[in-house]
Amino acid sequence: MRKVMFAALAAIAVTTSASAQAHDDQPPSSSEKPWSQADAYFGKETMADARRAVQAGGGAQNSFYVLFNQLEAQFSDESESLYWNGQASWGDDINKLWIKSEGRTSLNGDGTEDAELQALYSRAISPYWNLQAGVRHDFEPHGLTHGVLALQGLAPYWFEIDASAFLSEKGDLTARFEAEYEFLLTQRLILQPRIEANFSAQDIAERETGSGLNSIDAGLRLRYEFVRELAPYVGVEWQSEFGGSRDYTRVAGGDPDQVVVVGGIRTWF
Amino acid sequence: MLSRRHLLHYTLGAGAALGVAGMLPAWARSSSDGNLGITSASGTAFDLEIAEFPVRINGKTGKAVGINGQLPGPLLRFREGETVTLNVTNKLQEDTSVHWHGLLVPFQMDGVPGVTFPGIKPGKTYRYQFPVRQNGTYWYHSHSGLQEQLGHYGPIIIEPSERDPIAYDREYVLVLSDWSFTDPHRIYAKLKNNAESLNFQRRTLPDFLRDAANSGFSDTLKDRAMWGKMRMSPRDLADVGAPTYTYLINGHSTAENFNIVFHPGERVRLRIINASAMSLFNVRIPGLPMTVVQSDGLNIQPIETDEFQMGVAETYDVIVAPEDDQTYAFVAESIDRSGQAVATLGPRPGLRAAVPDLRPVPSLTMKDMGMSHKSMAGMSDMENRPTMSDMSGMSSMDHMTHGDMPLTAMGPDPHGPPTQLASVEASLKKGPGVANIAAMPSSRLNEPGIGLSDQPHRTLTYSQLRSLEPNPDSRSPQREVVIHLTSNMERYMWSFDGVKFSEVTQSIRFREGERVRLTLINDTMMPHPIHLHGMFFDLVNGGGDHKPRKHTVVVKPAEKLSVDVSAEHVGDWAFHCHLLYHMHAGMMQVVSVLPSTDKMPMDHDMMGHDMPMEHEMPMDHDMMDHSAMGHDKPEEMK
Repeated sequence: MRKVMFAALAAIAVTTSASAQAHDDQPPSSSEKPWSQADAYFGKETMADARRAVQAGGGAQNSFYVLFNQLEAQFSDESESLYWNGQASWGDDINKLWIKSEGRTSLNGDGTEDAELQALYSRAISPYWNLQAGVRHDFEPHGLTHGVLALQGLAPYWFEIDASAFLSEKGDLTARFEAEYEFLLTQRLILQPRIEANFSAQDIAERETGSGLNSIDAGLRLRYEFVRELAPYVGVEWQSEFGGSRDYTRVAGGDPDQVVVVGGIRTWF
Repeated sequence: MLSRRHLLHYTLGAGAALGVAGMLPAWARSSSDGNLGITSASGTAFDLEIAEFPVRINGKTGKAVGINGQLPGPLLRFREGETVTLNVTNKLQEDTSVHWHGLLVPFQMDGVPGVTFPGIKPGKTYRYQFPVRQNGTYWYHSHSGLQEQLGHYGPIIIEPSERDPIAYDREYVLVLSDWSFTDPHRIYAKLKNNAESLNFQRRTLPDFLRDAANSGFSDTLKDRAMWGKMRMSPRDLADVGAPTYTYLINGHSTAENFNIVFHPGERVRLRIINASAMSLFNVRIPGLPMTVVQSDGLNIQPIETDEFQMGVAETYDVIVAPEDDQTYAFVAESIDRSGQAVATLGPRPGLRAAVPDLRPVPSLTMKDMGMSHKSMAGMSDMENRPTMSDMSGMSSMDHMTHGDMPLTAMGPDPHGPPTQLASVEASLKKGPGVANIAAMPSSRLNEPGIGLSDQPHRTLTYSQLRSLEPNPDSRSPQREVVIHLTSNMERYMWSFDGVKFSEVTQSIRFREGERVRLTLINDTMMPHPIHLHGMFFDLVNGGGDHKPRKHTVVVKPAEKLSVDVSAEHVGDWAFHCHLLYHMHAGMMQVVSVLPSTDKMPMDHDMMGHDMPMEHEMPMDHDMMDHSAMGHDKPEEMK
């Protein structure tokens, strides 16, 4: 399975360089300009500059995007914590730098439980899907670096999907699957069901993770978009652990099944 | 209630309108909340200054970029046959330009930076000078960046050198536009990051419940699933709507109530220009029929209607003849019905017509997706009902796309082209920038604008338009160039043939003197107003030698339509979707009309970027009608 992932990473690199050529069927010729009749009136150089500028302004612009899908306080019987899940991207239509971050910090003075940051190269491979590869670093609970391969996009029926595989520097393979949907109750009142599942290919004792499916978080968040970019929400989330992970939590005296009430802000710009 | 000050203004307005008619041009005879109409300039020399200035719209101050400190810019009045000089000075911190929309000018005067000239740098003046060879209603606007959204547009009226065949007692120019207090670059960024974020007309739970009550739960669910499966929205009617936009008539919102004043019994000519950045408008005057007499500056055979949809950059001149001493609402409603601009047409200044409610939002149908008959058979009938009646014509349309006789049984057209033309069409694949390729595009010329098919009154269609004068060039086209309008709404990518303007490596090439059929296939779910600079489109709509000639033609979703073009004017001409953010995203190309002396082999050089040629029939010189290609032929524009 690890081999498969490495092969896939290699495949991305190859696809990337191969499809970069895809638009240039015609042999490039330096003497052949896209059009040039105004050169006679205004000069070659002047028109070349203007042509570059107008073409760049016709689809080659870079765009910048930041989304905090979740920036919320979570309240359960046992604890209160602050949870974030956000991403940012920068680049053109096809190639982007994609940053993702997720983490949780205790509001009971227990410090930051989890904090990870991913830096990925993202390439649009089809109308709705991006293939992403890069690194993830966990700052908490332990410093640990992973290679990442992810597929992010929009599935039929408007499901937003992010499926990632991680290979840690210690050789452990894990995966995460996130899916969400949006029900428009009105133009501004939006109900968002969301599910996140984590898997592991092996038992990782130091992370208290069993092999197989180890957790599912299923949430329902209701937000009101005062403006599209800023929407406060409330919600509820069921957080359950399974298999070995469930046992680790039980042994540690925790509850592997929790219902948390959440409240926060969804924002993008 | 009217204040005394307002009354004074209205009285002055009334004097101008009714007392001293003739002393002021017709456009200035209206008044509205103390504002006279837009100012005009006439003659042969004009000084235009492009600068930033404050505007007040609905009581809120915004920052405009425009011409001579006015929104819209001053009305320029030319006379056919004269040579005009326009000194355009750039007082901005960035480059600017002015394009004379629809005017046939030497191409270095056309005003497209990077295509026909370098643009006008800050602090510089560019002298435009050209002979005026046309008459009618036109307009002018920036072709730089996103300045059009900020107010950089104005109307042009060209008086004919001979007697105007259109009789009228009074005229008004009505410039429709969409104003936003949000910076246009911010609007574009929002569309890029979340393409549906400026659409507040999406389907919601109450729509579902209503549809379920009307059509049954199961059919409604099936309908939702079908759209969801395609990742498409039936309410994708406009990328940007209200509340982002405030719609304006001559710079006046509904609240600011632009006044159009008439004497009962008069024939009033309304010259309507859609100068929006992004908004198609449904135009109607409830209770008052309109006789359309001109479109895109060229006269058409008068046709009476009650409503028509106007693409961005199109112009329509209509005659109205109100008999009664009452007010009428002139309504310009955005295609997505999120907002409207209403002006008052009344016998005295200072009146206000009752503002009609916005009508229910229409939904797109499977037909807009270009699905085949087979896939349509299985779908829910619910959404399709308004347009289903049109489907009977579709089978007959299939084999008409190359002919000049779409819907009516007109018999063989002696001017029609051979059944098969040598055709150039890009090979198109789905990919990040191309989410959909219409499986079965069809002619939709006999349909009114999107969302208007179920209106209880008359609505105008392209198939009804006939040029008043015979077409100046009745030659059959010698070859066909097929262009697909392509997009991926999710990524907000827009292009021709899947190639963004930034990726174009060669223009589309026409040879001087040739007659080309340009066939446009819309693979997207939106209507696109397509504009070609430097030449007119002879819309192939069954009009024989009276085809309507247009500078901008709206191609409906999943529509395939053809226009014939005479490549008379040598130069590089911009060719683009006139929805500003679509152009900004890459829905643009250049059509180069090369001098006929230039070598122009029918090989890859002809095709522009990424367009393998399909020789459907041998294209040798014997096939061309040499007699028709000569330059001794009477040509309208020379």
